[in-house]
Amino acid sequence: MVISDETRSKIEEAISKYPQKRGALLPAIHLVQADCGHVSKECAAELAEIFEILPIQVMEVVSFYNMFFDSPQAKHHVYVCTNLPCSLRGSRSLLSQLESHLGVTAPGATEDGRIFLGHEECLGACGYAPMMRVDDEYHEDLDVEKAKQILDSLGK
Amino acid sequence: MLESPYVTQYLTEHFSEADYPTLEGYERRGGYRAARKAITEMAPDEVIETVKTAGLQGRGGAGFSAGLKWSFMPKDDERPKYLVCNADESEPGSFKDRILLERGAHQMLEGILIAAWATGACATFIYIRGEYAYPAVQVERAIAEAYAKGYLGENVMGTGFRHDVQVTRGAGAYICGEETGLLESLEGKKGQPRKKPPFPAQYGAFGMPTTVNNVETFSHVPHIIGKGADWFRGFGTEKSPGTTIFGVSGHVVRPGLYELPLGTPLSEIVFEHAGGIPGGRKVKGVIPGGMSMPILPAGQLDVPMANEFLRERKTMLGTGGVMVMDETTCMVRAASVISYFFRDESCGQCTQCREGTGWMHKIIERIERGAGEEEDIDVLGDVAGKMEAKTICAFADAAAWPIQGLLRHFRDDFVEHVRQRKCPFPGSFEL
Repeated sequence: MVISDETRSKIEEAISKYPQKRGALLPAIHLVQADCGHVSKECAAELAEIFEILPIQVMEVVSFYNMFFDSPQAKHHVYVCTNLPCSLRGSRSLLSQLESHLGVTAPGATEDGRIFLGHEECLGACGYAPMMRVDDEYHEDLDVEKAKQILDSLGK
Repeated sequence: MLESPYVTQYLTEHFSEADYPTLEGYERRGGYRAARKAITEMAPDEVIETVKTAGLQGRGGAGFSAGLKWSFMPKDDERPKYLVCNADESEPGSFKDRILLERGAHQMLEGILIAAWATGACATFIYIRGEYAYPAVQVERAIAEAYAKGYLGENVMGTGFRHDVQVTRGAGAYICGEETGLLESLEGKKGQPRKKPPFPAQYGAFGMPTTVNNVETFSHVPHIIGKGADWFRGFGTEKSPGTTIFGVSGHVVRPGLYELPLGTPLSEIVFEHAGGIPGGRKVKGVIPGGMSMPILPAGQLDVPMANEFLRERKTMLGTGGVMVMDETTCMVRAASVISYFFRDESCGQCTQCREGTGWMHKIIERIERGAGEEEDIDVLGDVAGKMEAKTICAFADAAAWPIQGLLRHFRDDFVEHVRQRKCPFPGSFEL
């Protein structure tokens, strides 16, 4: 079993809150990712068993949503918003300078697997542009130096 | 955590006060009195009538009457009924719901309780976009406080009324802001919108009668019930009462949130409140209501920000996301960013949308590179026109409208790219 007992009991608890079992599938995938980092084929098969659906039905949900991953991920996810309000305030030049700082081409990860750098479409921070999301945290009203410092402070 | 809005009215007036997000702080400022009044003194129909009389329009983009929507919930129906709070805010240019979740979660919950009483709903699902981690924590905390105080659960305020509330987190898909795409996602599926009819009031979440309202829509409700429909109509225009929170972004001195009455002139928002354009430059165009809404050129900023006036200018209030572009802006680049977004986020169900968004982006990108022909501009308009009103949901329309708006008001920008065989705006933002 790849999904831990602890995660399984959290999934059962989530299921109890929905009128239909499958309603807890998104919460369950969030839980599995928090535990395993991504949804592997084995995870999908176990989720399918828990939810009494086919593994392909789990994978089609995983592939539909940008925040779900079916392959191993870098330790930290960094997304620079490049939608129009952020672009108007220099987010694209920020992204290209962070690419050279890390030596990666977005979307892509550093060789040591420490940081994935990508762009993202509107994160609801349009008045505080440019901005980036680092894992679960927003960093707003950025300039290049501030952004570089934040990336440098991220652990391995 | 977001800064409090620069201009505040009843929705956001306490947002800069540290204890306001707590239940105690909210109650100290009169919170939950309106819910108590509704549940103990008013019949459900009376609540619906009050909200109808107040003229509250949904604040999620479509502007539909909230009271009317509630009245569509079946009355002689034994099935459980649900409310859904749409907190999947992802319209580019819109960031108002985020602050309502972070600072005003109890205000929203009180609105939900009143709506639940009015519609007979036994539970509410609050669907929060996956990226809103901090707002979700604030909402979860507020829900826990409300349960502990007996304001949610089996016996709301000791009245015997039952209502449960829970949070579901999205996972990064713009289409889940569309109400039936949201319902599919809530049921653990891909967020592909449903055909209507049946409408959610007949067949919604988990097949049960459901009303979906936006975060801000719920947040207005306690004020309407507490202070009355007439008081509410004291703000805004006759057809569009109340305030809204405008999110101003782009080329302005003070980007941020501004709670102002509906009907406030766009020019007042841009030049007085947000401080105008930096560096003494001139404005070129403003998108008035989030990226799906057609742009207005500099000469039309006198328009009052309410749907009855914006419709005359072939645009809409949408989510109140005001995006300002100065004279250096290349409108073909803007079109390129917009069309990329919609191509990326199309759920792929309907051919017109799946193919149309891709073709629009391809043509725009070609024109921007200087490789376009004049004929391409007509083809672009043609593709956009053929995407409208032909698909399961309004996403295709939302993708076509901003491009049509840019062609309507800034066709010369496109033509100059073709004639000069390059982008004629070297000072524009980078692509």
